[in-house]
Amino acid sequence: MSMDKDTVRKVARLANIEVTDEQIEAIGPQLSGILEWVEQLAEVDTDNVEPLANVVNIDLRLRKDEVTDGNCADKILANAPEETQGFFVVPKVVE
Amino acid sequence: MTQLTHLTIEDALTGLKNKDFTAKELTEAHINAVEAHRDLNAFIVETPELALKQAEESDKRYASGNARPLDGIPFTNKDLFCTEGVQTTAASKILDGFIPQYESTVSASLFADGAVMLGKANLDQFAMGSANTTSAYGNVVSPWRASDGKDLVPGGSSGGSAAAVAARMAMGATATDTGGSIRQPASFCGIAGIKPTYGRCSRWGVVSFASSLDTPGPLARTVKDNALLLQSMSGFDPKDSTSANKDVPDFAAAMTGNIKGLKIGIPKEFKLDGMPEEIEKLWDQGIAWLKEAGAEIVDISLPHTKYALPTYYIIAPAEASSNLARYDGVKYGHRSEGAKNLNDMYAKTRAEGFGDEVKRRIMVGAYVLSAGYYDAYYIKAQKVRRLILQDFEKAYETCDAILTPTAPSGAFAIGENEDDPIKMYLNDVFTVTANLAGVPAMSVPAGLDANGLPLGLQILGKAWDEETVFKVGGIIEEAAQFSAMPQAILKKAA
Repeated sequence: MSMDKDTVRKVARLANIEVTDEQIEAIGPQLSGILEWVEQLAEVDTDNVEPLANVVNIDLRLRKDEVTDGNCADKILANAPEETQGFFVVPKVVE
Repeated sequence: MTQLTHLTIEDALTGLKNKDFTAKELTEAHINAVEAHRDLNAFIVETPELALKQAEESDKRYASGNARPLDGIPFTNKDLFCTEGVQTTAASKILDGFIPQYESTVSASLFADGAVMLGKANLDQFAMGSANTTSAYGNVVSPWRASDGKDLVPGGSSGGSAAAVAARMAMGATATDTGGSIRQPASFCGIAGIKPTYGRCSRWGVVSFASSLDTPGPLARTVKDNALLLQSMSGFDPKDSTSANKDVPDFAAAMTGNIKGLKIGIPKEFKLDGMPEEIEKLWDQGIAWLKEAGAEIVDISLPHTKYALPTYYIIAPAEASSNLARYDGVKYGHRSEGAKNLNDMYAKTRAEGFGDEVKRRIMVGAYVLSAGYYDAYYIKAQKVRRLILQDFEKAYETCDAILTPTAPSGAFAIGENEDDPIKMYLNDVFTVTANLAGVPAMSVPAGLDANGLPLGLQILGKAWDEETVFKVGGIIEEAAQFSAMPQAILKKAA
């Protein structure tokens, strides 16, 4: 399908990526081209075919519900753009 | 003394054991090569000090008779593998300056076996690309040159890893393969590389792209060297929920040189309209080599092959859009300055941090997963994926392995195929089915195209049967006697 500008804007919002009006002009046709190309799957008969999410044919393993690591707040925060007193800092959320 | 950087891993291990040279000398030779070939831009970070320290430890173990399986072997780590204390970027600005506090399972295994890390190899951003032209750290240039002198792509996404191994900067490399990212650069650079069975190598600590397809694996100049590296990289890891709790066979021992009676499938759907004649000729040559070695050639059909790429370009972006949601400017990596509020910070951070191809794929993924389109695109693609897997299961009832070309062409010039994303995607037409089906597949250098550039043949095996892939790969390698050298090497030697 061909993607109009509002749809591109909506997808960019879903993806949480800021786009300018100029970028929307450029991205729209590219996304449309990719989608039109993948739509050839419509011609494949997939009645009674189960979707395949992963080739690994195993049940997810369970382990004992016990603490196996922790006490590493310094490592978790080591790459934070901004942190204070053991917390990540983000722009103000509540006015 | 022969040039140390030209040795295979196998021969280097023998030389180290025999004390013909030290691990330090071997590492120094490779550090010099890395410096001499900086024009190829194969590395994002070089770690010569770490390498020398590791090499000295290797030498101590050789001296005390406690050498490990890969002791003293210099390799490069694709910059998608998290390395404790060494910057890891996935070639994206969004991870600029990220210093992992942990080591990926695969690189930890290589270190435990004594391997020496020369640095972090450049790649396509988040492993999304087939030409290594999407890296935020610049294009990787292939050590091979076209006759017209143009700079060529090394292939992608593991382009820095492949260029480094081909240019004799490293003896081997880690890489990852989501749609062909080990095999296509191997083919373009005249080296060998294997994507093992999905679940064979742990994904823990590897920056995620499309989790149900991402497969770590090695690159090296010979099939045997790939076997040695994969041996170390493989094995069960409780930290990866899709890691297989299976014994790892001795891959090198599988290279018996005997393929008598082995059935090799030739899929008719891989004969594409408009496929260059030289690719078809090489494929015929490969078939003839295997026949001569005693294999039985059988015609097989993989009827859904033509739908593999469109299936991939729904599933991979969908998984990527989900995986890459974690880059929000809060926990690590780039954060946009001057955002007005939290949501604004997210959107600006991601706009500034991701490259165009990454944004394109995240948006395609967000679209195919969005309400109203989920069934028509995503579920549909998952259904076709099952048909592709069933194609392989059926084919393997009548054959033991499959032979195809690796890529539809040799390397192209940097800048070509950039005008239309789909043109670039078509590079993976022969490789992507193995990812969707999870089966092992290897590229082995087999010849040169009309421009004197390498071409690879691909051997696919049954799930968990890398041994047959190595066995057949060894036969192709032996028959092809590929000895051409990249022009960058010849130039430096002259």
